[in-house]
Parts: sequence; C-alpha cells; structure tokens
Amino acid sequence: MIKNNTAEISIQTEDFNLTDEVALLEHNNSTDGAIVTFTGRVRNMNDGKNISSLTLEHYPIMTEKSLAKIIATAKTRWNIGRVKIIHRVGKLSIGEQIVFVGVTSQHRHSAFAANEFIMDHLKVEAPFWKKENYLNGEQWLSAKESDKQKAKKWF
Amino acid sequence: MKNSMLKIVFFAALREQLNCHELSINIEGLHTISDIKKLLANKDKNWQHTFNNMPLFCAVNHEMVDNEHKIKEGDEIAFFPPVTGG
Repeated sequence: MIKNNTAEISIQTEDFNLTDEVALLEHNNSTDGAIVTFTGRVRNMNDGKNISSLTLEHYPIMTEKSLAKIIATAKTRWNIGRVKIIHRVGKLSIGEQIVFVGVTSQHRHSAFAANEFIMDHLKVEAPFWKKENYLNGEQWLSAKESDKQKAKKWF
Repeated sequence: MKNSMLKIVFFAALREQLNCHELSINIEGLHTISDIKKLLANKDKNWQHTFNNMPLFCAVNHEMVDNEHKIKEGDEIAFFPPVTGG
C-alpha cells in the first residue's frame, strides 16, 4: 500500500523502508525514467575505533529549513522531478540506516548529480551532530575538511 | 518570556561542554553576535575557554549568520559546533 506521505523532508527516530520510499517516488509518476537513491548506514569502525552505536542530535526547524534550501537549490540546477530526504535522529546501532536521499528525473544524469549534491550539502550545512559510542566511552565527531571540499566542488 | 529577552540555545558537544541547553539574556546593550559571544565568554573560565577555543557556528532564527549579524528583540540564537550529519 502506498503511504500518504508526500513531504519531501522527514526527520524521524524510526527506521525507513527502501522499497516503500522507492514506491512513493514512482507512484503516479510516469514522466521520470530515472530514480537514484542513496542510503547511509552506521559503520562498525571509524578512525580505527570500534563503534558500538551512534547518537544523532539535531536542531529542529533549522534542520528542515536547511534541507528545504538544499532541495530548492538542487531544483534550480537540475531538471529533477521528486525528492525525498529522510534523516534519523536518536540512538542508532551498527548497520542501521541513518539517511536516505531519493531523486527522480526524466534521465539519469540529473538524478545522479542532484542526489550527490544534496548529500554533499547535507553533510556540511544541515544541523545534525553525531556522537560515537564505544565500549569504554563516547566522543562527538569532528567535522571533516574533506566533506567541506566535496560541497565546494559544486561551485 | 519578555520581548526584550533573547533565547539562546546550544547543541551537541557545545551543550555538553557548557552543561547548558538554553538560556535567556536581556538584549540591552547587545547589538551583534560578537557582543553576545563576548558576554557569554565572560560568564566563567569554562565558558571563556569554550568560546575562545571551540570552532562554533551561529544561527539566528534558524538561519546561519556571521559575527557581525545585527540582533533584535525576540530572536532565537543558536550556537553549535560544525555539523556532522549524513
């Protein structure tokens, strides 16, 4: 069954289902021949440290505003159809899904490019913060210079 | 909350470092984000160390701003570390 959820942005604690999300991007959409989806998951290791879980915090309202702005910019740059961003917050275990970006377009190039653009900008603009939890302790992640460079390449 | 007050919120590592999620300050005598930073850095040694050493972003009413941004009554001001989502 198709859920009646057409909002482009969802910040949620609960998991999402890829099949459902793709079905929503396809539903009543006969103009777009391309769907590109990205899913980010919790890795078991970072910087040589074993991770037991992640805790994700965000700044409500600003998060949605920031993602809406990124989507709007993507829509001015590429001829794309539908966009969906899901980002989870709260405590997430290894292997769990963190983030989903889905983009549709008539042809593949725009959907590939817009999807990567959205992820690159989400990484450096949207107010989310990750804390890594280890067996003995915890640490907030530092922002990576390489992520800044990836976002800059679009200009 | 009176209108002459500003709401200030802190997130993530900054919130934990300051042990403070939210506070209200009177806007009197304050004009820019720089003024607020100076005021907060004067609270005590921990706040001073944090504001002088931690890389921080600032948002006013959910939009990123720089230090020269002019503040007004009723603004919600947020300070936070560089973001690490995705």
